[in-house]
Amino acid sequence: MNDVVLSVRDLTTGFPTPAGEIRAVDGVSLDVVRGRVLGLVGESGSGKSVTGFSIMGLVDPPGRITGGRILFEGQDLRGLDERAWRAIRGARIAMVFQDPMMTLNPVFRIGTQMIEAVKAHTRADTRTARARARDALGRVGIPAPDERLDAYPHQLSGGMRQRVAIAIALLHGPQVLIADEPTTALDVTIQGQILAEVQTLCRESGTGLVWITHDLAVVAGLADEVAVMYAGRIVEQGRVDDVLDRPLHPYTRGLIDSVPQPGARKRRLAQIPGRMPSPLELPPGCAFAPRCDRADAACARPPAFSQVRAEHSARCVHPLDDVPA
Amino acid sequence: MNAAPIVELRGVSKRFVRRADLAARLLNLVGAGHRDEIVHAVDDVSFTIARGEVLGLVGESGCGKSTVGRLVADLLRPSAGAVRIKGEDPSRARPGPEGLAVQMIFQDPFSSLNPRKRVRDLVGEAPLAHGMVRRDGLADHVAATLARCGLDPAYAGRFPHQFSGGQRQRIGIARALAVKPEILVCDEAISALDVSIQAQIVNLFMDLRDELGLTYLFISHDLGVVEHVSDRVLVMYLGRIVESAPAEELFAAPQHPYTRALLGEVPRLHRRKLAFAQVKGEIPSPLDPPSGCHFHPRCPHAVARCAAERPVLKQIAPGRLAACHLV
Repeated sequence: MNDVVLSVRDLTTGFPTPAGEIRAVDGVSLDVVRGRVLGLVGESGSGKSVTGFSIMGLVDPPGRITGGRILFEGQDLRGLDERAWRAIRGARIAMVFQDPMMTLNPVFRIGTQMIEAVKAHTRADTRTARARARDALGRVGIPAPDERLDAYPHQLSGGMRQRVAIAIALLHGPQVLIADEPTTALDVTIQGQILAEVQTLCRESGTGLVWITHDLAVVAGLADEVAVMYAGRIVEQGRVDDVLDRPLHPYTRGLIDSVPQPGARKRRLAQIPGRMPSPLELPPGCAFAPRCDRADAACARPPAFSQVRAEHSARCVHPLDDVPA
Repeated sequence: MNAAPIVELRGVSKRFVRRADLAARLLNLVGAGHRDEIVHAVDDVSFTIARGEVLGLVGESGCGKSTVGRLVADLLRPSAGAVRIKGEDPSRARPGPEGLAVQMIFQDPFSSLNPRKRVRDLVGEAPLAHGMVRRDGLADHVAATLARCGLDPAYAGRFPHQFSGGQRQRIGIARALAVKPEILVCDEAISALDVSIQAQIVNLFMDLRDELGLTYLFISHDLGVVEHVSDRVLVMYLGRIVESAPAEELFAAPQHPYTRALLGEVPRLHRRKLAFAQVKGEIPSPLDPPSGCHFHPRCPHAVARCAAERPVLKQIAPGRLAACHLV
């Protein structure tokens, strides 16, 4: 595909600990395509958020990216110095966090913060910057944007704050937007509104969106492609319909079956036994093998990430095939 | 339902008042007109739970669902109306060796367990204090309770921080079960857990119901899980019940416009490329709720009457109630 705007190859991010280095992200490769949505799904500790932070160059020391390439418009972002990064981060690649108060400074008015964000990347005077900020607020569905510019973050509801954070992220029409669980803390009706707005904005402006979440159902309604992470690695990747309707990896199958389905009330939910292994005690082969009912001796060696069907790959020795039961 | 309900709320309201502070009261002396701020967290709510029933309670943040849970668990007293547990006022009940009627499971298994206590004390303290077990039988009681919740009794000497989130929630459930309750109030009890762990805890709740005949008030914003576990579901909006129906019927054919909107927003695995956003706007401030039907400013079907008159919760079909002028 020619429309790939961001291409991550074999990204590995490690955090040194007294007990040894933790590989929070281990050989992750993914492509972000113009105007399309990639859902990055995983449970706590799967490395999905660290993947997002790594792409943004926001991994806090002593953690660091130890391998791989992050290619953005033909340039490897890993080689950039802090100055070059500042020109890209926030303007061409932007991020929205789970907690909007991570983005917003509580002691400045919304307008002040947005005008600063405009001026950081363009030579606009304050009046123009304010007009752009107001338009951006209007685009994410904030009523009376002029008044909101004069408000402080605490005067807004959680949903409004997250909208402001998204408006700031979209101020400069970024090529890539990384959204890390931005609707997890919000009510369903507000989540629905924000999903609708982000979806429309990205399709219209051609922004490639990476939506990081633990919620498969949100991905089902939003994403074009899905990548499922487990213990720092991508274990399955493909188009949303393929991954959710015909999963290949037993972990993906397990996640799907854990979600209550309409029409199956009161039935026991299929549960994945045990829990994700500590990153310090990963099994030598497939990290999911200890919880997997298909595991055998072949799983003691690390499985390759291989294409099983067209545009649908999995990291599994015994992928679930379409054999009818 | 032929037997008397195990839980009954009649016209229960809970108001939280923030008194005008000193500065406001001084300003009032010169006629500033500051008033006490009153939040009607729960506004004239009546419902019953039959013995052995799982009642789901759903709604958005600030709708009062947690306050209802706390009223049932007698952690809060109603400002008006009456709460009856097994026909009695819970504030008069004396805990005895036969057990405590209501226990609560909280959302956050990190903050609801005392980090300085070992599991055996967390689980064993209450039954000992209430004389349900003797000290020499305590270790066995704790071990049996832990095993019932899927925890290895050998872990009784550990501290909460040595467990994962899912295991901690199991400890919270064991602590509740240790005093032999008949009713469990689960307030977002699975919301903080990972998807694969949620399934384990949901299954545990269903097993416990079968084994112990427990009655549940299951409070959650996760409509998928509520649909899965509940017999009947109440929908709340700004302190009032707007709809009540058997779970299957509610999810198949919601009647109140708010319930319809809420269910329309739920992401589901089989819904692809959704057109989201069925409800406009946000939940209004409970300090200053809209007149008449609280939902009318966001309701696509609202008529003049909706702004003027509060709709009563009335029967619209056998076993189904809704508070809307239009259904």
